[in-house]
Amino acid sequence: MSSEHSAAPAAPEVHVVPIRVLVGVWLALIVLTVLTVAASWVDFGHLVGEPWLNLVGALTIAVVKGSLVALYFMHLRYENPFHGFILVTALAFVGLLIGIAMIDVQATRPDLIPNYAPALETPASPTDLPPAP
Amino acid sequence: MNHGAGAAPELHHEERPELQPHFETPEQQFESGKFGMWVFLATEILLFGGLFCAYAVYRALHPEVFVYASLFLDRVLGGINTLVLICSSLTMALGVRAAQLGQRRLLIAMLSVTLLGGAGFLGIKYVEYEHKWKAGLLWGTQYRSQADGHALEHGEPGTHGTDAASHDGSAPPEPPAPAADPRAALPPAAAAALPPSVPIPEGRTFGDGENASLLPPAAIGPTGMRAPEPPPAAGEQLERRIRHEPRNVHLFFGIYFVMTGLHALHVIVGMALIGYVLFRSLRGDFGPRYFTPVDIVGLYWHLVDLIWIFLFPLLYLIE
Repeated sequence: MSSEHSAAPAAPEVHVVPIRVLVGVWLALIVLTVLTVAASWVDFGHLVGEPWLNLVGALTIAVVKGSLVALYFMHLRYENPFHGFILVTALAFVGLLIGIAMIDVQATRPDLIPNYAPALETPASPTDLPPAP
Repeated sequence: MNHGAGAAPELHHEERPELQPHFETPEQQFESGKFGMWVFLATEILLFGGLFCAYAVYRALHPEVFVYASLFLDRVLGGINTLVLICSSLTMALGVRAAQLGQRRLLIAMLSVTLLGGAGFLGIKYVEYEHKWKAGLLWGTQYRSQADGHALEHGEPGTHGTDAASHDGSAPPEPPAPAADPRAALPPAAAAALPPSVPIPEGRTFGDGENASLLPPAAIGPTGMRAPEPPPAAGEQLERRIRHEPRNVHLFFGIYFVMTGLHALHVIVGMALIGYVLFRSLRGDFGPRYFTPVDIVGLYWHLVDLIWIFLFPLLYLIE
């Protein structure tokens, strides 16, 4: 396939991604997807006593997969870095939104559902909840 | 589109019909198109970002709702859908490459396969939605409590693969029927030694066959203690978890349907755009000198894939 690559009269400013790279990225995405589903069954976080590791692990795999898609399928690695800057800016603002919202959740712990927030207190049993107004 | 045609066009505008009169060069037009598309994609990320924020806040405050509701999501179907989207992303990337290289037939083939991938994704999504619709796993007041376990009777959840398979169709094994006459369990000699008038309470024989006796074995624990129950089978465990329903599970399904529904809408729009590009490539519009629409629609399709890559673990893989 490399012969057709060199023979093609592509516009000079455009980078043609080799098929080898595209298929390699695709294989990596498949493997990572299978890995993240398998990890959810194994429940690694509970095995080591840190359940939050499940979420961190799944999100890490998702970030790696997303980076592969953006860098190779969306050509960010090869083209004008300003496009990548736009993407990173958008992600940064989403990060700000979620980050500040989470700080607010931690700081004020609002009860979004009136009189019901079992995650906040630990009632002895579900029936110990305060009665609805 | 063709305004300004009266102005004296430059030479390369005549050579290249796709070059709009307000651009100096094809390169400038290409760069402007991609720049505009990336800005649009940034607004798409912000749109979904708001929903991810709602997800994060509710999950932080009510993790038990998310753990419970994820029992009803089929992570096998979700995983297959992830693979379908990844494959269609690959064919889209190959299609862009084919357009760059002027391989028209390959471009048409790749766009068609990508379109099929989108249709396959929506088909699987439809199966999932239909299950949830029938089981009442819906938003707000439409949500039907699962504590009575009726979703189990309808084959829901299709969750966790093996759990569902072990539960589907086969009824739980019947407990063995108690022996009609306790005397029958005893060896004939022991039974003959007991006059028929002596009552034997049910379940008061120990051992079986030759060793059956009315006397409890010495090793058995003090009266009142029971042997520990064996751990429940996987299907039974799932059923117990489903019957133990926290309040306000409809919150999760509101978030689930808005996020996956908006994403599915993007898949539909992406398929329409791919159909348009496919039509134009059948007409022979694209080649190494002009493939901007293929490239830009490809970017959109990859973004749809990208968003699903994050939706899938957050919605389906909660534990």
